[in-house]
Formats: sequence, structure tokens, C-alpha cells
Amino acid sequence: MINRLPGYILSFFLLVLLQILVFNNIQFSGYVNPYVYILFIFMLPFETPGYLLLILAFILGLTIDLFSNTPGMHSFATVLMAFVRPSLLRAIAPRDDYQPGTTPSMHDYGFGWYFKYTVVLTLVHHITLFFIEVYDFSYFFSTLWRIISSSIFTLIFVFIAQLFVFKKNKRR
Amino acid sequence: MVFVFYETIENSMRNFLLFIFRNHFTFLFLILEIVSFYLLVNFNSYHRASWISSSNKISGNVYQSYSNATQYLMLQQINEELAKENAYLRSQMPASFKDSKDYFSLVYDSLNKRQYTYRSAKVINNSVNKHFNYLTINKGSYNGIKKEMGVISAKGVVGIVKDVTLHYSSVISLLNTRLSISAKLKGKGFFGALGWDGKDYRYAWLNEIPVHAPVTVGDLVVTSGYSAIFPEGILIGTVEEVEKDKGESFFRIKVKLSVDFKDLSFVEVISNNMRDEQLELESTNND
Repeated sequence: MINRLPGYILSFFLLVLLQILVFNNIQFSGYVNPYVYILFIFMLPFETPGYLLLILAFILGLTIDLFSNTPGMHSFATVLMAFVRPSLLRAIAPRDDYQPGTTPSMHDYGFGWYFKYTVVLTLVHHITLFFIEVYDFSYFFSTLWRIISSSIFTLIFVFIAQLFVFKKNKRR
Repeated sequence: MVFVFYETIENSMRNFLLFIFRNHFTFLFLILEIVSFYLLVNFNSYHRASWISSSNKISGNVYQSYSNATQYLMLQQINEELAKENAYLRSQMPASFKDSKDYFSLVYDSLNKRQYTYRSAKVINNSVNKHFNYLTINKGSYNGIKKEMGVISAKGVVGIVKDVTLHYSSVISLLNTRLSISAKLKGKGFFGALGWDGKDYRYAWLNEIPVHAPVTVGDLVVTSGYSAIFPEGILIGTVEEVEKDKGESFFRIKVKLSVDFKDLSFVEVISNNMRDEQLELESTNND
């Protein structure tokens, strides 16, 4: 656990920088805003205590807020997502439960499990975020379209990142 | 009797603490969401703490170094724009005026008093794809920039300064559904409110132009000069489409913005030296 700490800190900064410098600047048809920084919450180990999960989500959201001029918006959505995570993990647990020493990754639990896990969390996050952003329901369908297209791009990135993890683990 | 009473208090206190401890996950969740919500709501009021906006020191520095790194890739384009801007400025010099008086409205020059001062600044962060878009520029109160000054580029209106720190300012972009500015049709005098609908970054909407106004596609839309923020006659865009709903007495005019918000690098901040005087006079009108 402890020896994985530097890796988590590094990925925190890497994802934040990637988000604010690259993905916040993607302007594809005006509807697509992938928010890939939530991968950090996906990656956290199963044993992460609940309070730490929430606090990390809050810090992560607030950091993104700091750089995109939206105090409270990302932190609200990210904390909500982190709150859902433990119940979701319990709901989609495999028959013989989670094994010690494994992490929530495609490599350890397969594509189907990882797909369920990330799709639900990404949707929770993006729906909250985009509806807070527009602040009312009069743009319902354009917001819905933004949510769907952005979620797809976020998930594509998340799965590409998983392929890298997969290779790294195999080499060991 | 008294002893028993204390014991029950102690017991209920302990039960209460136990209850909180058992449900600490939910309580922490609620606390963090309340904090976020507080930030979110506070953000809507104009006087929120400015430490968290992108004009703050840390994020300002990150964006500054990022923009330093990328500007080499854009030198060609920036040079072109500077050349264009030079030409535009030269065209404003008195020597270049013989018949046209239109350009003089930019610099109001009566009794040798200068009403508007322009300061150039560089855009170091910008977005066009949100509902509420903001820019960050690399000049702040140290360079004389204050809240609510107008921001233009060589091509037209860009936005209004929102927050200022020592070396950076954040600017509400025209592409922000919360911003609406007073605009008129050039040479016709009808004025209305121009705002963005949150969809396409190339178009905005001009409302409140009465239906008896002669509007044609291609007309220039300029600032009205009524708001004490922008001088009169700064270009905003051209009329692209005129819509009229049945029974309405106003047009809905689609305006093609003259500024390409995806391609902004240098802007000018306008300070109106007589703004306080105008606002003071207007504040006496409140009845």
C-alpha cells in the first residue's frame, strides 16, 4: 500500500495537468468536454477508507475548479461520485468477492466488470456536472447530448489508460 | 436523582457521538457537498472571494508558463495579427482622417481631455465550449486594470474584466450566457441587448430591436456607448439572420461575431476615465 503511494501522487498531478492543459482545450463541435481526471478516483485501491476517498475527491475537484474558474462545480460532482463508489463496488462484486492485492482495473477483473464500474461512475459525475453548469433545465436536450458525447470520450480515454496498465503489469 | 439525570445525559451524548462515528462516511459526504454548494452559490454573487478564480497566483503562473511554452509555435500567426493591429492603429491617427469622422468616436478628444485609455494585454487562458466562458489575461491591478473595464481585440468586443489580482485579471467572455451588453445598429441608432445563447461560439443574439427598424442582413452591429464600459461604435459583428415571431414587437437578430474567440492572443483593456463621473450622475436618477 505504502509503496504505491508515490505512484498515486504522481498520477494525481499528471491527470490534473492533462485535464487543464489538454482536455479543457478540446473543442470538438462545441459539445465534447471530456473530464478524464476522474480516472484518479477509479484507480484508488479497494481498501481506501471512505473518509479518505471523499477528501481526495474533494481536493481533486477543487484543484480542477481552481483552474477552470468554477468554484464548487467539479468538487460537488466528484464528491458525489466518490460517495457512490463503495455501494457500487458492493453491488457489482464478483462471486468470490475482491481479492487482496488487486486493484480496480480491467487487468484484474475483466472488461465486463470494468465497463459497468466506469460507466456508472462517469455518468453520475457527468450528469451532475453538466446540469450544475447550465443551472436550469431549459437546455435539457442540448445538455443531455453534451453528457452523452463527453462521457463517451472520457470512457475512451479511461480504457486507453487501462491498456497501458495492462501492459505494464504483464511485463512484471 | 441528580446523579441519574447526569448519567442519562452522558449516555445520550455517547450515543450521539457513536451515531456520528458509525455514519461518518455519510456525514463527511454531506459536509463536503455543503461546502461545494456554498462555493457554487457564492460564485454567482459578484463579490465572491477572488482567491479561487483563475487569476490567482498559482494557476496564473501555471497558465503563464504554459503559454510561454506554446507561443513559439504560434509566432507566425501572432506576428500577422500584430501587423494587422498596427495597421488598424495607424488608421486611427489624425493624419489618416480627412473626410470620415466615424473613427473619431473611438477617441473622444474634447478640451484636450482623453476619455478612453487603452492597455494591451496577452490572453493566457481561454475557453469557448462551456456555458460560462472566461479568459485570463496577463495584466492586473499593477498595470492599472480595474474591475468592469471593457476588453476588445483588434477585431472587436471580447468581454468585461471580472476579477483583478496584482498581475492577472479574469475576463467574462462575450461567450458567457451571464453577460449581456448594450449594442446598436451602426448608423441607425436603434439599440438593444446582445447576449450569447450558449450554443455556437461564432454567433450571438441581439434582442429588443423594434420591428419598425430597417434591418438588413450584413448591417454592422456596434457598441452603443450607453454602459460607460465600452466607447461608442466598437464593432461586435454583422447581422446574419433576422427573425420575427408572430405577435412580437421586437426582432430576434442573429449576429455573426467579428472576433474569432478560438483565435485570441492579444487584447486591449479600455478604461473610461470619466466613468465615475457618469455613474455618479446617473445614480441620482434612482427614484
